[in-house]
Amino acid sequence: MLLFLRLMLRNLLRHKLRTGLTTLGIIIAIVAFVLLRTVVDAWYAGAEATSAHRLITRNAISLTFPLPISYANRIRQIDGITGLSYSNWFGGVYIDERNFFPQFAIEPKSYLELYPELVLSESEEAAFLKDRKGAIAGRKLAQEYGWKIGDVIPLRGTIYAGNWSFVLRGIYRGAEKKTDETLFLFHWDNLNETLKKTDPARAERVGVFVLRIDRADRAAELSEAVDRLFENSLAETLTETEEAFQLGFVAMTEAILIAIKIVSFVVIAIIMAVMANTMAMSARERRREYATLKAVGFGPRYLLTLILGESLALSIGSGVLGIVAAFPAAGFLASKFGTLFPVFEISPHTIELGLLASCLIGLAAAVFPAWRVITLPVGEGLRSIG
Amino acid sequence: MSPIVEIENLTKHYWRGDQIVPVLTNINLVIREGDFLALMGPSGSGKSTLLNLIAGLDRPTSGVLRVSGINIAELPESSLTDWRAAHVGFIFQFYNLMPVLTAFENVELPLLLTGLSKRERREHVNLVLQLVGLADRMDHYPSQLSGGQQQRVAIARALVIDPALIVADEPTGDLDRASAEDVLDLMERLNVDLGKTIVMVTHDQRAAGKAHSIRHLDKGILTDDPGAVA
Repeated sequence: MLLFLRLMLRNLLRHKLRTGLTTLGIIIAIVAFVLLRTVVDAWYAGAEATSAHRLITRNAISLTFPLPISYANRIRQIDGITGLSYSNWFGGVYIDERNFFPQFAIEPKSYLELYPELVLSESEEAAFLKDRKGAIAGRKLAQEYGWKIGDVIPLRGTIYAGNWSFVLRGIYRGAEKKTDETLFLFHWDNLNETLKKTDPARAERVGVFVLRIDRADRAAELSEAVDRLFENSLAETLTETEEAFQLGFVAMTEAILIAIKIVSFVVIAIIMAVMANTMAMSARERRREYATLKAVGFGPRYLLTLILGESLALSIGSGVLGIVAAFPAAGFLASKFGTLFPVFEISPHTIELGLLASCLIGLAAAVFPAWRVITLPVGEGLRSIG
Repeated sequence: MSPIVEIENLTKHYWRGDQIVPVLTNINLVIREGDFLALMGPSGSGKSTLLNLIAGLDRPTSGVLRVSGINIAELPESSLTDWRAAHVGFIFQFYNLMPVLTAFENVELPLLLTGLSKRERREHVNLVLQLVGLADRMDHYPSQLSGGQQQRVAIARALVIDPALIVADEPTGDLDRASAEDVLDLMERLNVDLGKTIVMVTHDQRAAGKAHSIRHLDKGILTDDPGAVA
């Protein structure tokens, strides 16, 4: 059947300009689809990078309300809680408002224990733990601003007023691709000691507690146990899995995500229509040839193979090119996004979706022309003007 | 010679909305093995429809249509397609070659439906291309061949399956006089030397002159003496 395959492929190259433009259209559509899906993935990256063994406890009213540090000891008493740390969102400005990156005041030793995916060299970790004015930054963040170890990083406080400066003691890298490498972390004690002097009412408070639990399947039970401890107190807590906590942030922008997802499918639908038009035009032009094939004995199976094969070869070939082209495009976008998206990588799932979309484009484009050709009366087809 | 095509009381009509449009009415015709029959008649007389029916490309509304003893009107669509592939060779006015395939590949195409090996197919194709005098052009694409040469490739394609019946619809209609003469000579050789039964639709008196017998159609009716067997 090599000859039949040759016929299919040569048909594909009959109108080079048309095939070229269709290929270009599919490539652009697949690149757009892959990038849009990658933006969606990037949005969920925080939730993806979570651990099932971590819980987050925050104020039940709102994340903006802090919790007393004294809760830490009571939480530690609960059977099943194997580790505890805490952090405060700092929200400072680095030189200019546009330079956004997440900054947290953390209890460094316990925090690094609870987040083993933040990998620091032993010497950098020791230097960070030793220096209360010290800070660490993710690899991407340090690259973005050209920071080196020993640099003094100035931040202008917004939530916590004043000019703050930190000495960069370490640059961590993510243990996995999905690990956020855009964080800026410094000593909670530094923040707390300053607040004791400048704003004592806000001292001894934390934004969230991070808890490590012994078994992931006890998350619900332990969350309830923590929250029960502080029922009817002035600061009731809400404890949830780290993933649920992160998804809570995603949910705030869900409408945007839905819009992006819809647009990504609209792009595919548009190119499907363009491709269907190309295939319909080709089939219409070749009515007499298809009728001749039918006359000499080629049945519907062969004609379907011929049309579907041509359509799939075009769509999948272009789709693969589109996916390949999406990688440098994603790299370019990632560099432009800077630290806006901690992780901006094309996932294997997105590649699968891109290939699936290519297949669907080819299938959908071939259905109508194939049906027309198969049901075409031979005599009528032979009378067609090619 | 025994009959290869037997047509009895054959009728064909189309529907145009609620209206019946008769195309062929009460056709009776016998074509014997080895015959070379020309069907003539004005445009719209139904000759191409009759040819399509004989070739199994269309189905009669009523009547009997036997080819090699098989009532092809009763064959299901898939069987009819297989039957055509095995028993009928087609020659068309505009050659109907695949423009993206070479002469060799065009001729080889119907053989894909047979169980022949690649080597056997190559032998068959070489043989028929030699027969039509185009062995030296086998790697040419249709666009690189003259009209007469393209029609000879089409004849080779019709011949390659060794069909019992060859149907030709205006085979010289798109050719200049010299090329038409070549094609007609070739068809005559197929009939005389290889004993192929040929049914040809033509407007051309010179083409019809090559046939053993001529039947005329007018408004869907065979106008010749019904007793005159072709």
